[in-house]
Parts: sequence; structure tokens; C-alpha cells
Amino acid sequence: MNVTMRPALLNVARIREDFPILRQKIRGKDLVFLDSAASAQKPRAVIDAMREAMETQYANVHRGLHWMSERTTDAYEAARDAAAALLNARDRHEVVITRNITESLNLMAHSYGRGILRPGQAVLISGMEHHSNIVPWQLLRDDRGIELRVAPITDAGELDMDAFEALLADGKVGLVSMTHMSNVLGTYTPAERVVRIAHAHGAKVLFDGAQAVVHRRIDVQALDCDFYAFTGHKLYGPTGIGVLWGRRELLDAMPPFLGGGEMISSVSYEHSTWAEVPHKFEAGTPPILEGIGLKAAIDYVQSIGYDAIAAHEASLIDHALARLGAIDGVRILGRAQDRGGVVSFTLDRAHAHDVATLLDRQGIAVRAGHHCAEPLMRRFNLDSTARASFAIYTTHDEIDYLADSLARVREFFK
Amino acid sequence: MTETFDDLRDLYQEVILDHGRRPRHARRLDSFDAVAKGDNPMCGDRIEVWVKYAPDGTIADTGFQARGCAISVASADLMAESVIGRSKADTRALFDAFREMARTGKCPACDSALAEPLERLEPLAGVHEYPSRVKCATLAWHALVAALDGGKEASSE
Repeated sequence: MNVTMRPALLNVARIREDFPILRQKIRGKDLVFLDSAASAQKPRAVIDAMREAMETQYANVHRGLHWMSERTTDAYEAARDAAAALLNARDRHEVVITRNITESLNLMAHSYGRGILRPGQAVLISGMEHHSNIVPWQLLRDDRGIELRVAPITDAGELDMDAFEALLADGKVGLVSMTHMSNVLGTYTPAERVVRIAHAHGAKVLFDGAQAVVHRRIDVQALDCDFYAFTGHKLYGPTGIGVLWGRRELLDAMPPFLGGGEMISSVSYEHSTWAEVPHKFEAGTPPILEGIGLKAAIDYVQSIGYDAIAAHEASLIDHALARLGAIDGVRILGRAQDRGGVVSFTLDRAHAHDVATLLDRQGIAVRAGHHCAEPLMRRFNLDSTARASFAIYTTHDEIDYLADSLARVREFFK
Repeated sequence: MTETFDDLRDLYQEVILDHGRRPRHARRLDSFDAVAKGDNPMCGDRIEVWVKYAPDGTIADTGFQARGCAISVASADLMAESVIGRSKADTRALFDAFREMARTGKCPACDSALAEPLERLEPLAGVHEYPSRVKCATLAWHALVAALDGGKEASSE
């Protein structure tokens, strides 16, 4: 018998019951939340885990000699194990916990950029980066004379691989820092190819996985990258927690980022020594409750499974491109072959802000603006777009409702 | 078809849609005495405002080029209509009163000598119910006042 293997589809109705906020009404209408790429909603499991910790089991971590501290340390450190498993990291000590992905990238610009790279070397980013993967490297450039190079993207919104390779040819690029999935175009970077080419030219590779980790299984060993960063609040976890994974030997060689408690081995006025990784990069009381929440979020995502999540996302994006693309006057930004669950678009008769305000009146939350990616907007001669982004709780009906509402918005601005 | 948006008519009154679509003063002045740019970094709206003074120091003409939403373009156009022929001091007073109207929906100055231009601006009062859109309505004014002050840039932040 010839059996076609299909990934199990999500039971979206069941999943929606896990997200209490989805029962909210907006001006009397059902909330249609299509802004998850900015920040995702939280399942009951995350809410409960954080509340229960505060109600039953909370103290500072890593230093107390009492029961509460030991239990809380275990609960918090479980986030590191969960993140290590999520990324298929070889060693839990390779997982550095930060406050968000912006801090992860700034940590890299500081500790790798200032600590390892040398003046005359270069950092290479792409033309579809979030500001958080542009500005830290500009600060590094201006401070240390480390060049910042930008690999262009094509009209389709894909990385121009020939140009990318050409920018590596002189061997000066020490680090490639690139989005794994664009928050504006939805384009997935061909990560394995990027790593292969970069390594062939002697450059290490850091991926900004803020969007990608939400939709696809990430395996840093299979990708063969050197660093990978993501943030908790887009992955159905709390705000205030992010992750930087790095190869142990690279993290070991890097100087600390912030100074303070937690990150030291011993301190005197003359000289201090640093803790082992990852604690070397984790100054101060960490985001304890957020760690407990992130662990619950990762467990929740893993219980659903990335096969089903990725299949759902692919189905939603196909539906959205078909429905929105069929509306007169709608222009969808980017047409990458491999794209994830965000759709940025413009409407011929109305500015993105007007579109967002009218959609809001229908209970639909979309983002409008430059999406913290101004250079990318300029690349497409735009100031702003509206953006609908999808999550595990997004339904096909919601996309139909968006499309119908958008057609009405266009009629309104006739 | 559009009755679903009837409750948005307080924000998008016909006069706003009209001026947003067909602004009368959206042009660079050939000769001018002052110019300033306005920029709202949060949303990417940009505007440039030119001003030509009459010999008595009043505003003889003003024009603008804007990239922004219907609210910001309409507000810039209604601003131009409201300030041509006015002194700098009157224009500043009008801005203060308009900003109050945009933020709160109230218009304590509407009984004053500025009643007539404020009536022209009144369709924009609806933005006070949309806090994130108030800056759309005031950006052009920030740029105009920056031009009057001899500055080059303004931000609605």
C-alpha cells in the first residue's frame, strides 16, 4: 500500500482554548490577533507556571542555602535545559540567558565584536535585518573601526547569494550576523548555505532566530552555525527573557558583557576573575520568573510539535497569499520561495496606518509602520506597510475575515 | 458596503478624506523664507513645510510635501488653509489650541478670536479617541512652528 506521510494538522480549536486572551472582545467583536510576530499571546501553561512560582516557590537563585532558593534555582535552570533541547545544543552550558534578543545581539557586538574581532575585520549582515541586528554593529564600527557590510536582497525579497559570497571574498569578514526569518518579508534565509559559504571564507555565523524559532525546528548542530539567538515573548513565553546559544569554545574565549554579581568567580579591588560560561555573561539577578515561564512555553510548543506547527504555518501563508493577493490594489511585499508566517502589504488607496485603524475597528490587530526595518522599507521604496502575522492559534477563517475586511477598507477610501 | 465603518466617521470625516486625497497646498514653494522638516520616527511619517512671509511678517503662503496617512496629509492641508494671512504669534496660539483639541477633544479657545480657524480644524478633533494617531495630526504643526522659529527639524515625539 502506498501511504503518503503527512504531518499531523493542528487542532487549532483545541489550541485556542489554551489561550485565555482569545476570548476577549474588541469593541464588541471577536479579537482577531494577527500581530504575533511583534509579540505572541500566552497559553494557560505559561500563565500558571509563573503564577504558581510566585505563589508557592520563589526566592533568588544560585546563592541561597535554603530550600526555597534551591527549588527556585532548579526551576529556573530547567529553562536552560529546555532551550538547549529546543535548539539541539550539545551542552547546556552553551545557553546564555539574556533579557531579550536585543540584549543577545548587543552581547555579541560587545563580547565577540570588541573582544574577538580586530580593527580591519568586518561584520556582514543582510539587507532585511531588524534594527536590533543593525545598530549594535554600527556602534561597534564607530567605536572599533570594524567595517559593517550589508548583503543585498533581491526584488523577490531573498538574499542575493552571489553578492553575499562576493562580500566574503577578501576574507575580512569575521562574523556573519543574519536573520533566519525576516520579520517583514517572511523570507527564510537559506541557513545551511549561508553557514557553508561563510565558513569557507573563515567567518563565524550568528542567526537572529526571533521569528524562525516560532515556526520551525531549529537544530544548531545540523545548521552548523556558531551562534543562535531568540527571544521568549514571540515564542508564547513572557517578555524579559532571551537566549543566546554559542559554541562552547567561542563563548569561553569571549570576555564578559555586563559586570556584577553572578558573573564572577572572585572579586577583589585589584582583580576579579570570571565565572565559567554561561554565568560569565549573566550578571545580576536573572529573569527568574521569566525563565520559569519560558520553560513552560518551550514545553508547550514541544508538546504540539514542530511538524504540525510548520505545516499549519505553511497552510496559513498559502491561504493568505491567495486571498490577499486576489484583492485589487493590494501589493504583497516579497515573493520568496521559502517564506514563513508574516505577510506585509500595502493598499493603493490608503496609508498603512489608516488601514490598521480601520481593521482595528473590525477587531483585527495588525501592525503598521516600518517594523523596525527602515533600510528594508527604503529598499522597496516604502515608508510603511501593514503586516499580518500568524501563530499556532491563527485560523483560516481569520485570514478570510482579514481579506473581506481589507476589501471593505478599500471601498471606504474610494 | 462601508456601513461597517460608520463608527469611524468621527475620525474619517468627509472633509478629512477629501483633503487627504486631494490636498490643495501639497507643493514646494518656489520662493520661500523658512523651511523645516518633521519626522515621526515611531511610524515613519515625514513632512517638509515651506513658509513665505508678507512684508508685515504675516504668513503669505505655505506649502508642504508629506508622506503619511490620510490624517496627517489632511491635517497639513487644513493647517495651511488656517494659517495663511496670520501672524506668527497667532499661528503659535492656534497650534496650542489645536494640539489641545487633538489630545483631549476639548476646545477652550473656540470662543476666542481664533474661533473661525479652529472651526475649520474641528473635523480633526476625533483623533483624541485614537491616542496613537494624535501625532499624525500634529506633525505638520510641529514642522511649521519649527520653520517659524528658524529651525530645520521637528519631531512629533
